[in-house]
Amino acid sequence: MAEKRSKKLVQGNEACSEGALYAGCRFYAGYPITPSTEVAEILSARLPNVGGKFIQMEDEIASISAVIGASLAGLKSLTATSGPGFSLKQEGIGYACMAEVPCVIVNVMRGGPSTGYPTGPSQSDVMQAKWGTHGDHPVIAVTPAYVQEIFSETVRAFNLAERYRTPVLILYDEIVGHMREPVTFPLPGELEVIDRVKPTCPLEEYLPYDTEYEIAPLAAFGEGYRFHVTGLNHRADGFPTNDSKLIEKGIKRLTGKIENHREDIWKNEEYLLDDADIVVFAFGSTARSARYSVRKARENGLKAGLLRPLTLWPFPEKAVRDAVVRAKAVIVPEMNLGQIVHEVERCACGVKVEGIFRVDGEPINPRQILDVIEKYR
Amino acid sequence: MEDRYELRFSGSGGQGMILAGIIMAEAASVYDTKTATQSQSYGPESRGGASKAEVIISDSPIDYPKATAIDCMLALTQEACTKYHADIKKGGILIVDSDEVKEIPRGDFKVYGFPIIETARKELGKTIVANILSLGLIAELTGIVTKDAMEKAVLSRVPKAFEDLNKRALQIGFDRAKELRAKSGNA
Repeated sequence: MAEKRSKKLVQGNEACSEGALYAGCRFYAGYPITPSTEVAEILSARLPNVGGKFIQMEDEIASISAVIGASLAGLKSLTATSGPGFSLKQEGIGYACMAEVPCVIVNVMRGGPSTGYPTGPSQSDVMQAKWGTHGDHPVIAVTPAYVQEIFSETVRAFNLAERYRTPVLILYDEIVGHMREPVTFPLPGELEVIDRVKPTCPLEEYLPYDTEYEIAPLAAFGEGYRFHVTGLNHRADGFPTNDSKLIEKGIKRLTGKIENHREDIWKNEEYLLDDADIVVFAFGSTARSARYSVRKARENGLKAGLLRPLTLWPFPEKAVRDAVVRAKAVIVPEMNLGQIVHEVERCACGVKVEGIFRVDGEPINPRQILDVIEKYR
Repeated sequence: MEDRYELRFSGSGGQGMILAGIIMAEAASVYDTKTATQSQSYGPESRGGASKAEVIISDSPIDYPKATAIDCMLALTQEACTKYHADIKKGGILIVDSDEVKEIPRGDFKVYGFPIIETARKELGKTIVANILSLGLIAELTGIVTKDAMEKAVLSRVPKAFEDLNKRALQIGFDRAKELRAKSGNA
């Protein structure tokens, strides 16, 4: 047991690639786009060395489709993109939700709409992450803020995708994607890695959407199990149905399999929240500014605290409700014109919620947040 | 006293300012025992234009990764110096290439001028190592990383064939920084 953890200074996007490999990802399809390109670049070199496959596809729609196909063939699969590419992938993300195909999609957020500001950070795709694809559908999105955390959250994203048979989104922004921090790489076995449950039944009895289960085992194409996959509402055997009872049951199970397990999926950092009467709710790189501001506010005698979700979707309703019990105000800084602030408001039980928004491609700096905290002295 | 040491490397795109930032952060966090973050801002162009990299070094975890009050800034061009010097803190250090930066900004900080690019050209025959020479200057003048860590970090990032060249560039930086300090009457 002389094996030692290695410590390296790496970029956020590199930590994402390494986290994916650690989680057992063996397939990547994508179309390069700033500021996510390094994920593809690194995996194009690394995947072939571990028996994986890397394909640069002709566009983003083809990329997400290839990822879904590879996952159905049994491989843990990843694609990475940014705003414009994320828009294109929405069709496939909806298909993966409906067909219950585990996969992981990284969106390194940059300024939008359209091609926007490729080299500047943003957090303006967070509602798109929730509602970008049409229809009632389950969404899991994780929002790491540190390079080390991009590694571990990428592993967790794969675990959630496999456990819940669903696409999982990793949302971070240009700042954490491109910044470098020392990362201590865990040894194999140190972090939990979850693999999908596979069927053990006789070949002819397999039902890919067996309602005996909340989440049915998923066979890999090529292993002998024959099954049908469609984006249409379907029966337990995967073939389309117009039966209204089955349709309702199917959609409710689809969303319920995430809603019923929110406690398992939620993850938050609570910093100095215990006695806080001014709560800052922030995620991603903005949470780093917020943490700094909260620390400064404490030095100035203010009871400020930070609630930082690592799971943004499903929204951490309970954590917000718990955090606002003693609060006179909740401050929500985000690099957009006000998206998550409305979710916070919904859960803030009438406590005053104030947003701090920024869309000029510059980070929200600690001074901006501190000035608002000071208002509630 | 804030447990945070902030550095900014600025120049023109292609001068290796981002690599200098990476090496500084690596020296502090991988080869010394501190922690560090390195971030950058850049435009769509890969050459030309003002470019900057920022490094935060601390003994404890770093939250905000961008500069707030700069302890030490390097400027290899006038444009970068003019554009980026405003955040240098009271008592901080500004290191400029004295051939390039003629308008030294006024402020409550110490300025060291040295012909960095010209020295790299004259003594090493390669202006491309101006960034490594700068790292030598900074390591010696600030003491924020050990010289041993700096050397290891530099060598880990350069091809074998250029190890000697980079070692010499770094050493020139260390040596000249001592002279600069002696000249400015600062121990």
